[in-house]
Amino acid sequence: MIKGTELFVKALKEEGVDTLFAYPGGFITDLLDQLYGEKEIELILPRHEQALIHEADGYARSTGRVGVCLVTSGPGATNLVTGIATANYDSVPLVCFTGQVPTQVIGNDAFQEVDIVGITRGITKHSVMVTDRKDLGRIIKEAFYIARTGKPGPVLVDLPADIMKKLGDDTYPENVNIRSYKPNTQVHSGQIKRAVTLLGKAKRPLFLAGGGVNIAHAGKEFTKLIEITKIPVVTTIMGRGAIPTDHEYFVGNVGMHGCYAGNKAIEECDVLFSIGCRFNDRITGKISEFATKAKIIHVDIDTASISRNIKVDIPIVGDAKNAILSLLESDLSDLHDYTNWVQEIQKWDAKYPIDAPVEDFKGLTPQQILWQVNQAIKDKDTVIVTDVGQHQMWTTQNLHMDATKKLVTSGGLGTMGFGLPAAIGSKLGNPEKTVICITGDGGMQMNIQEMATAVAQELPIIILLVNNSYLGMVRQMQQLFYNKHYSATCLRYRKSCNYACREGKKACPPYSPDFVKLAESYDASGKRVWNQEELGVALQEAMQETKRPTIIECMIDSDFIVLPMVRSGNALSDMILDI
Amino acid sequence: MKKRWIALYVENNVGVLAKIAGLFSGKGYNMESLTVGTTEDPTVSRITIGANCNDEVFEQIKKQLNRMVDIIKVIDLTDIPMVKKELLYIKVKECNKAVRSEILQIASVFEAKIVDYNTHGLIIESLNTEEKNNDIVELMKKFPKVQVVRGGNVAIETL
Repeated sequence: MIKGTELFVKALKEEGVDTLFAYPGGFITDLLDQLYGEKEIELILPRHEQALIHEADGYARSTGRVGVCLVTSGPGATNLVTGIATANYDSVPLVCFTGQVPTQVIGNDAFQEVDIVGITRGITKHSVMVTDRKDLGRIIKEAFYIARTGKPGPVLVDLPADIMKKLGDDTYPENVNIRSYKPNTQVHSGQIKRAVTLLGKAKRPLFLAGGGVNIAHAGKEFTKLIEITKIPVVTTIMGRGAIPTDHEYFVGNVGMHGCYAGNKAIEECDVLFSIGCRFNDRITGKISEFATKAKIIHVDIDTASISRNIKVDIPIVGDAKNAILSLLESDLSDLHDYTNWVQEIQKWDAKYPIDAPVEDFKGLTPQQILWQVNQAIKDKDTVIVTDVGQHQMWTTQNLHMDATKKLVTSGGLGTMGFGLPAAIGSKLGNPEKTVICITGDGGMQMNIQEMATAVAQELPIIILLVNNSYLGMVRQMQQLFYNKHYSATCLRYRKSCNYACREGKKACPPYSPDFVKLAESYDASGKRVWNQEELGVALQEAMQETKRPTIIECMIDSDFIVLPMVRSGNALSDMILDI
Repeated sequence: MKKRWIALYVENNVGVLAKIAGLFSGKGYNMESLTVGTTEDPTVSRITIGANCNDEVFEQIKKQLNRMVDIIKVIDLTDIPMVKKELLYIKVKECNKAVRSEILQIASVFEAKIVDYNTHGLIIESLNTEEKNNDIVELMKKFPKVQVVRGGNVAIETL
């Protein structure tokens, strides 16, 4: 007979958990005590629970393992909510343990009591409270299993304090058998055959790779498939890197901020073969005008994603890797020669290249920032983490990726404040890799307290803070569609400012905080750069750091906007290419 | 838009009904009828849901229910042979002799039972199809002081 807390620690070890993101509180003190001195499990103490879960998320995305959180009841649990939704949207395997008040007072409005299972029902893959000590081992085992199998996702396990104190069985189950959960990853061979037949008739086929290809670690197989079929590829931002970005058949990203050639290819293709993309509104634009000339083949592990937004001609339910492998085993000899089609796409790309330089500009441009990054991480195993906003789009448009690069970004929920903590989690999971966090001045301030965590964990992460003094993504919309009414988007604003200001940047008050001084006050390194030469030097210096993070504040003009842009609700063909 | 019926086998756990109700409300699906009860296996409950929706929404509802961890099986009853009944009570608090005799006549035509009776009023119990119960309610609505309680549908596939 052992205590619940002992079984908990045993369970984590059996699951191979080496890093536990934990923030203490009244109802998990027994658990923390049990973890004291445990050598196999490293406890990471962040400075806020929201950042904690993004750290576990970054760890999970960058390693492919399950990220594990432990927080207390009440506010500890509710602070996880945004992070749970973030992970759920991007199919990230997490197990979130939340402390709970003892079972005898549940429902009594006890101190720090909250119905976290109820709150998170709609944003978890599964959420459950342990109400009986004898179920503890089984529930933890099932939680890890559910989180990482099928379409991965976050699972929440609520642990009432009395259950964890109670003595009980010391066995942690070896096998899982959940009659109501049997994830199917195998693909239907008949559907694959139909898909190949349809491809055989195509003159202008196009592959669309989504995040599912990366989650399934199927990049190598996918690239092989492309080399055999010689069919051009577009990706979503979550799918970027599924094929090396310098590959001759890679076109670019599609969607709201996709490249011209990518969106044009969607419009003109006659068969669209999508793998692991759920056709969300940022990808499709106006649905009735999406890929109107194409028959659509859709591989997705989630039946609910198929024919939800886009009517699909050949649905294939299953794991992306299995689908690709079974395509590789198929007879692909009937395919046409697509040279003309590929050349046509290349012509579009030459007309409006995504990385077109900004002419005659003296300062630092977003594209230059990414060129410097690409240069600095060439041939280096690197995890690139972004926050959410313009810098995220510039990154996903311009970042060079191959098998040595991993991109971690909040694609579905678009959670500002994700970047810095996710970079910390990525570095903890990949100590041997370079980790670069590209963030904005808005997103950085949403979880800025995590500088302390990065310093405490002695993590030499590089934080490229792209500072344009604004919440740029919204500012861009205000600039284009709202008559330059910069309502609540200026981060230099002070009460004494003229609120109706338009351009008077020179008279603007100084930026607060001073990020260089802020870095120094955290005992991190801080640099401010105004041009790409300075940036190149700063990046090299930051790469030499071994124990502390560096903030490189890249000062850019507020007027840079992300182009091309398809206005929300418009057709992909309706791209804004220049202003 | 068409009336659809689904039966669900679910784990008899705390919160499963809340999850299903949450799915309907969160995705904006309208649930018109809902009944829950345990089956021959006490760890399994069966839920019968009626919803008015178009084909696309109904497909989504089924898929979303299918991916839920606590749901063991989803059965679409819409186009398969089944037996289905709904329980209906109508209380008439005050009625004169003429009204009473008309009510008794309605009850006898629809094979409803009189389950309570006093000098002022009566209660009718009808176990019938939803459509027939609709007819009874329609006929009874014209009387004053009428109270209607309906129980939702229970359905099972035929042999």
